[in-house]
Amino acid sequence: MDLFSNLALGFSTASTLANLGFCLIGVLLGTLIGVLPGIGATATIAMLLPITFGIGDPASSLIMLAGIYYGAQYGGSTTAILINLPGESSSAVTALDGYQMARQGRAGAALATAAIGSFFAGTVSTFLVALFAPPLTAIALQFSAPEYFSLMVVGLVSSIALAHGSVVKALAMVVLGLLFGLVGADIIEGTPRFTLGIRELSDGLNFVAVAVGVFGIAEIVRNLENEQTRTALTRQVSSLFPTREDFRRMVGPVLRGTALGSALGVLPGNGAILASFASYAVEKKVSDRPEEFGRGAIEGVAGPESANNAGAQTSFIPLLTLGIPANPVMALMIGAMIIQGVVPGPRVIVEQPALFWGIIASMWIGNLMLVILNLPLIGLWVRLLTVPYTILFPIIMAFSSIGVYSVASNPYHLFVVAGFGLLGYVLVKLRCEPAPLLLGFVLGPLLEENLRRAMIRFRGDPMVFLERPISAVLLILAVLILVVVLLPAVRKKREEVFVEET
Amino acid sequence: MTTPSRPAPDRANLLCGLIFIAFGLFFGVQSLGLEIGTAFRMGPGYFPLVLSGILILLGAIILFQSFREEHEPVGPIAWRGLFFILAAPVFFGLTVRGLGFVPALFFTATIAAFASRRMTLPLALVVALAITVFATAVFSYALGLPFARFGPWLPFAPPF
Repeated sequence: MDLFSNLALGFSTASTLANLGFCLIGVLLGTLIGVLPGIGATATIAMLLPITFGIGDPASSLIMLAGIYYGAQYGGSTTAILINLPGESSSAVTALDGYQMARQGRAGAALATAAIGSFFAGTVSTFLVALFAPPLTAIALQFSAPEYFSLMVVGLVSSIALAHGSVVKALAMVVLGLLFGLVGADIIEGTPRFTLGIRELSDGLNFVAVAVGVFGIAEIVRNLENEQTRTALTRQVSSLFPTREDFRRMVGPVLRGTALGSALGVLPGNGAILASFASYAVEKKVSDRPEEFGRGAIEGVAGPESANNAGAQTSFIPLLTLGIPANPVMALMIGAMIIQGVVPGPRVIVEQPALFWGIIASMWIGNLMLVILNLPLIGLWVRLLTVPYTILFPIIMAFSSIGVYSVASNPYHLFVVAGFGLLGYVLVKLRCEPAPLLLGFVLGPLLEENLRRAMIRFRGDPMVFLERPISAVLLILAVLILVVVLLPAVRKKREEVFVEET
Repeated sequence: MTTPSRPAPDRANLLCGLIFIAFGLFFGVQSLGLEIGTAFRMGPGYFPLVLSGILILLGAIILFQSFREEHEPVGPIAWRGLFFILAAPVFFGLTVRGLGFVPALFFTATIAAFASRRMTLPLALVVALAITVFATAVFSYALGLPFARFGPWLPFAPPF
């Protein structure tokens, strides 16, 4: 059976001692930073990304990055449960009932539920990724420039649909991101563009520097706005393990959450967030005790956490098969792959099977490590929440600076960090989400390249995007998403959803 | 109590629209200096020029909306945090080659430490020192990143 020989190849790549070590360090570091309140998974990965470049071997550094990702996600859930401060919108749902459980002294059970649910969801969805990636890759290999262009348009439009607040602003952020992505030498003719005569910018704005600035720095500065003392529930993480009754109540939500998450995670945009909201809504609806929701129902933790993790996993499918990032985290992954000399897309599976299957296997290993590590270490993570911010900021700034500098030993990248940190903070203050900007930044050059290729190949006839069936379907989908988001009724509903979350 | 005939414009959206328009103008003007080409053979300026146009349009819509509805205020701005946090990477970039990794990192951490209002000088120095020792051990010695530990600006190089 192909599936198993492929997975075997993956596990033999991922489970060398060195790679296991990198995965472990990744999970540890990811949790360590991700558990800090106010710093979400995307910011965590952006800050830790540079560290993985020092490794050299692409497979090892991507495996470590995957570890960081899972660690960061779990760290976000931990903060959501313990101090009701979700660092990322996907763990916002967890905070609803998780924090209530913590207040009732059941923080241990909530954290364990999150870990166990995530692990189960991770196992199932890893198999799904392994099962569906090869056939999807076969389809993707038939894509040419117009299809790629239309697919990226769908991705960008979906990221708008799932951003908070004004649709027009999100759209503007995407366009601004696309423009920043074009800075540097033109891909086809090599003409320098928008470099203001600065020679160091001819390679383009550095991706890591932009990501650290827009996400990392902006978030740190936001945390400095009101420096109040945080109240952590450090005292009472008593009994760690869920009771037999808890387990019985967990099964259904975990199963349903996994199914929902796996399906929605594939969607470009940010399926994992949608999945955790959907799961919470479903559990509340099917429960015979809906009044317990919001007052510490274990189903409200188990379902969304499983959905979130399953979605996080299956969002690797568009990345690995098409080279299209489904969310900002995947955009960071693409950036990392390109820096490692791996061009994400359908060719990876053919040309670098060990790398491809290694990443898939490492997803499962990362999940396993999370359970093994975090259940006993919960006490430690809780104590970490009491470290004052005053000390954390210089630590984070020092490591980000080293990290960004180590990418190319280019001091200019540090100025880019500061510039985009300022821009990111200003835009966040003006209620503009940074995620669409980053997605646009990554896709800018790809979008332009495929547009220009398509135009040259089809003699400048824009109708080609509508005449080719796959491309036409994708563009219609993009228009539909945009229309739906702009409809007054949906708009109102969408505002409600996001209000509930914040 | 008097109700104004027209509500004051929402300042966040006003500024937001202006920022987008400014960026659109910047990229647009720069694109005009490049070869535009035709839809068939697009030059380097074609796609950015189209995008700039869209950005200016979107900025104008946001600007227009700011006169119609009012939202919650912008909230406090972390001026002090912004200043010290942004200064840290800039300082590191300016000095890492001249001063070398160890002193540049020490001062970078010290600067970043003062982003918080609660920081005191002794604590900042202790934290910066600890970070520098740790980072030098990990990045310079263990991972062997190719940075000079002490740079040419220093009159003497410590023997480690």
